[in-house]
Amino acid sequence: MAAIENGKKEESVLRTAFGNVLSFFILLLIGILAFSIRLFSVIKYESVIHEFDPYFNYRVTQFLTKNGIYDFWNWFDDRTWYPLGRVIGGTVYPGLTLTAGTLWWILNSLNIPLSVETVCVFTAPIFSANAAWATYLLTKEVKGTGAGLTAAALLAMVPSYISRSVAGSYDNEAVAIFALIFTFYLYIKTLNTGSLFYATLNALAYFYMVCSWGGYTFIINLIPMHALLCIVTGRYSSRLYIAYAPLVVLGTLLAALVPVVGFNAVMTSEHFASFLVFIIIHVVALVYYIKGILSPKMFKVAVTLIVSAGLAVCGAVMAVLIAMVATSPTKGWSGRSLSLLDPTYASKYIPIIASVSEHQPPTWPSYFMDINVLAFLVPAGIIACFLPLSDASSFVVLYIVTSVYFSGVMVRLMLVLAPAACIMSGIALSEAFSVFTRSIKFQLLNLLQSKKIDAGETITTDSAVTQTDAAKPAKSEGIVKERPSKKNKKKEKEPVEKATVRSRIQKKLLVLPLEASVIAILLLVLLGAFYVVHCVWAAAEAYSAPSIVLTSRTRDGLHVFDDFREAYAWLRHNTDVDDKVASWWDYGYQTTAMANRTVIVDNNTWNNTHIATVGTAMSSPEKAAWEIFNSLDVKYVLVVFGGLVGYPSDDINKFLWMVRIGGGVFPHIKEPDYLRDGQYRIDSQATPTMLNCLMYKLSYYRFVETDGQAFDRVRQTEIGRKHFKLTHFEEVFTTHHWMVRIYKLKPPKNRIRGKTKRTKSQKSSATASMKRSSRKRNPWQ
Amino acid sequence: MEARLSLILFLLSILSLISLSFAHDLQIVNSERRIDLTSHIVKVFLTFKVENTGTSPASEFLLAFPPAQADHLALVKAAVAVGKKKKKIYIPLDVSPTELPDAPNRAKFTSISLKNPLNAVEISQSESQLVYYHDSAIILSPYFIKQQTTFIKTPNTRVESFSRVDPTSRAGTELKYGPYVDRAPYSFSPITIHFENNNPLAVVEELVREVEVSHWGSLQITDHYKLAHAGARHKGVFSRVEYQSRPTISGISSFKHLLALLPPRSELEIEPRYPLFGGWKATFVIGYSLPLQDFLFEAPDGRPYLNFSLGCPLLETVVDKLTIKVVLPEGSQDPSAKVPFPVKQHLETSYSYLDIVGRTVVVLEKTNVVPEHNSPFEVNFQPVVMVYYTFKPFFMLAEPLMLASVFFLFFVACVAYLHVDFSISKSYNGHGFEQVGLNRQHVPLY
Repeated sequence: MAAIENGKKEESVLRTAFGNVLSFFILLLIGILAFSIRLFSVIKYESVIHEFDPYFNYRVTQFLTKNGIYDFWNWFDDRTWYPLGRVIGGTVYPGLTLTAGTLWWILNSLNIPLSVETVCVFTAPIFSANAAWATYLLTKEVKGTGAGLTAAALLAMVPSYISRSVAGSYDNEAVAIFALIFTFYLYIKTLNTGSLFYATLNALAYFYMVCSWGGYTFIINLIPMHALLCIVTGRYSSRLYIAYAPLVVLGTLLAALVPVVGFNAVMTSEHFASFLVFIIIHVVALVYYIKGILSPKMFKVAVTLIVSAGLAVCGAVMAVLIAMVATSPTKGWSGRSLSLLDPTYASKYIPIIASVSEHQPPTWPSYFMDINVLAFLVPAGIIACFLPLSDASSFVVLYIVTSVYFSGVMVRLMLVLAPAACIMSGIALSEAFSVFTRSIKFQLLNLLQSKKIDAGETITTDSAVTQTDAAKPAKSEGIVKERPSKKNKKKEKEPVEKATVRSRIQKKLLVLPLEASVIAILLLVLLGAFYVVHCVWAAAEAYSAPSIVLTSRTRDGLHVFDDFREAYAWLRHNTDVDDKVASWWDYGYQTTAMANRTVIVDNNTWNNTHIATVGTAMSSPEKAAWEIFNSLDVKYVLVVFGGLVGYPSDDINKFLWMVRIGGGVFPHIKEPDYLRDGQYRIDSQATPTMLNCLMYKLSYYRFVETDGQAFDRVRQTEIGRKHFKLTHFEEVFTTHHWMVRIYKLKPPKNRIRGKTKRTKSQKSSATASMKRSSRKRNPWQ
Repeated sequence: MEARLSLILFLLSILSLISLSFAHDLQIVNSERRIDLTSHIVKVFLTFKVENTGTSPASEFLLAFPPAQADHLALVKAAVAVGKKKKKIYIPLDVSPTELPDAPNRAKFTSISLKNPLNAVEISQSESQLVYYHDSAIILSPYFIKQQTTFIKTPNTRVESFSRVDPTSRAGTELKYGPYVDRAPYSFSPITIHFENNNPLAVVEELVREVEVSHWGSLQITDHYKLAHAGARHKGVFSRVEYQSRPTISGISSFKHLLALLPPRSELEIEPRYPLFGGWKATFVIGYSLPLQDFLFEAPDGRPYLNFSLGCPLLETVVDKLTIKVVLPEGSQDPSAKVPFPVKQHLETSYSYLDIVGRTVVVLEKTNVVPEHNSPFEVNFQPVVMVYYTFKPFFMLAEPLMLASVFFLFFVACVAYLHVDFSISKSYNGHGFEQVGLNRQHVPLY
């Protein structure tokens, strides 16, 4: 008997070792998958930085690697927001930059001569692999290794995350999702172990998250919510205290160290929930402590005392908080947070936030596009989390519920939903697989058993049954261990024996018919295959375009539109270093990074008035626009025009936002002036204000000479005003496909001599000043 | 534009010398000069018939250049024809003023201001490019010239104006100055020719070429170009619609294509991102790799040497500043470069891919390089750079061995970590390890 015991022990050690090695290699493959599925952009296009914001991050990283960390913190950038400038060190989330900078520094100190650009391009895929591993750890803490591996594999290729982390998409989210998942993992780990070591690591991970992304507020609200949920449902334990209290204290202290957050970590409403729960958890901890040392009778007395005192303290603190919050006009919430709480807020009050397409609410197809079959697996995962509910599984349930809400408000936050959906689907798939495989195994065993009983052998089957039980009930035991924390009455190690017996009974009840199980497994595999196919398609086709190089496939073959880089290269080489270039804010980051020229506004939309000034200039007639631009020392104006080749996201299509944002600050710009019967049009039915504004003129200047009809391929119409001349601007460069047009401000004309003309100009200036006084505010005054 | 033109001077002298002596005893019996202005690289062919009137043999023959030309002189090639059998000797001549210490009136300083300010320095898109050429009608020489003629060839018949120094005649694309007889040494007669030259003046302002030798079998070449159009500056607007719809009229002086000849007989057509008009610039990088055996040879003393052609692979392009960096493999020593003309040389160290001691870099710098530098001209002229160095093949294995040992140590460390108990207090008894294994299996949540 002892020999059998020993043999079994050895076998299980081997099994564990084999399982560990297997999961190690699976994880390695998942990491490789996560990395390589994001390389489509490099293979199909080239190794370039993508889109808009990544260019800014790239430029900051270049500065960091060139000048070092101290210069980086003190960097005042005078190439942007002219003439205001921008304090980069204090207004940027430094996590991504520091990460890539450190990577580059390590590589360079090993004498591996990779350029900063290469490191930046591949940062996102590397961190996607890290995020997949973090998902494994988190899910493993919640539901075991199988669920962890499944969730990691799902996350490695979830399209929503791919869209933000393809090679070249060098943006905060690339590292922030990893930081987010890893912080959650450490929180759960601390919750499960009650180890102060993990609690400290958790605070550090939170610090990294704060460094990386403004989305850290999600963590600092979700974890308090979960702590509160645990307290309310009577799941308070010392582990919860260790998981929560150090995070708030250390985390807030560390967060305040990040310049961009600073005192916001204690001053804004986004963080108040954590402090409130911090107070509550202390009160609860005190209650539990007193309950432990007092007799039940004394306790009742104490409860009334403490509750009244605690309420008083809470009331006082709340009053202070409310008073502080009430002093600020937005009630202490930042615009973006407010638009999260009230989805209609942005479109009502902040057109800049509303104008960004990724801040729009998503459509149903975009859910299917971004998380695909996971959307159907999530409910199953939620159910699995309730069977049975533990601290950890209640956390992921809370996570999915909140992130579903947030993703419904902004497309961008689909990214936060994706890991939760992966975890849930991982749990669902893993549970389903284990149920089906168990029933298959059980029934095959039964089949075998009946045959073997016929042969008269009983001992081996007996041991086989016990062995399967030894392998299986791991999960249920863990769950059982979780349960006592609910009431905190029983000691933890008590009912192990009982539980195994009970779970054995449960298992037998959960067995499904063999055929059904086989078919279900096949269907699940099919579902997984569909998911993989979709993800690869999304990675290859939908999300790999770098958006500065465009391609189109026609019958003649592949066309490459490299106009943006053409224009920026022209600006870089053929204009003076200190020339100022005005364009709509979308192109600000690219202009500073690629053309190295000073811009008026850029994608960091911190100054609404400045953006409104540019918007006003673009919507004004030529002369007024010239005056605005001249007052800003602008030498070149850059517009993006897609009418010739049919590039839809050009300035004419964005123009209404310019009008709206401009009109929001300078009321003489009125949106209805640009609309004919509420419709935005540029054809012959367009309003004269529209046909006279600068944006129209700069976009369509001499456009008619290309085909003789001036047919706009984006708007699918002939333009309204075809022949006109520019008086205050001159065309200095237009790219090959006309996608970027650069104009130069003409120098002011010499003073006009002669009496009559002077009086004329005086008169006009008088009328102008009259007009000016009638307006509320004037942009160039 | 004139300021940008580079001169190539081909000197073909017919030396009918019996005995040569001191410089002043030489005199030029007959000279003919042909100036080719068809491209943006001015080529001057000088043919001298020299006679020694003195008694002692002369070993030197001096050429004088006005300073404006001396600054732009890219290359001087000379050949001597002796009798019927043309034996051509190639002499890289030094034209610095210190070479003429005896000249009574230093050529550098005799000339009057040659560089007149150019009037039409800016043209608009549809205008054609007119350039000036300044020179002297009489060949500047420290010797007495008995008879001389100068022919100037212009790219087309459109010549706005030209100075007259009688006898001067013009026929088609050729201008003829002379013949002039019996001119004293250092005589000078400035002429200016104003003509149309629509050749795009492609100038590489700076070319940094890195040649990296890997003894694993490849030669990696990376060229960093700073390209400029050195013609008349573009003025006013650039209209894409005119440029695209009337390509023959609009923007004729701009260039869109460049042809590069790369070593194994391949042509590479380079299209800048935008057409380059006068004064516009662009930068680009070309990198390619070549099999090493075509370029690396073994010298008689057993040392390896690298043999590759110098200069810019772009056709019809002048390079203002050429820097060649030959990156030798790590561990190579005693590099020495052999270049057929004077260049600035120095050594650097660069680090790449896990280098520890660094790679030796031979840096060669040359200003004003014209295409003739990279095409063989004479039999005994090799327009190549030869870099000799010593290298022990063992160094090729240094990095693989290093990597292997690092990984080995890493795995050893992992194994050691897994087998050594680092805990301060022993929580397990004898079979603690197995206990852990069992626990893990039963309690995966923790």
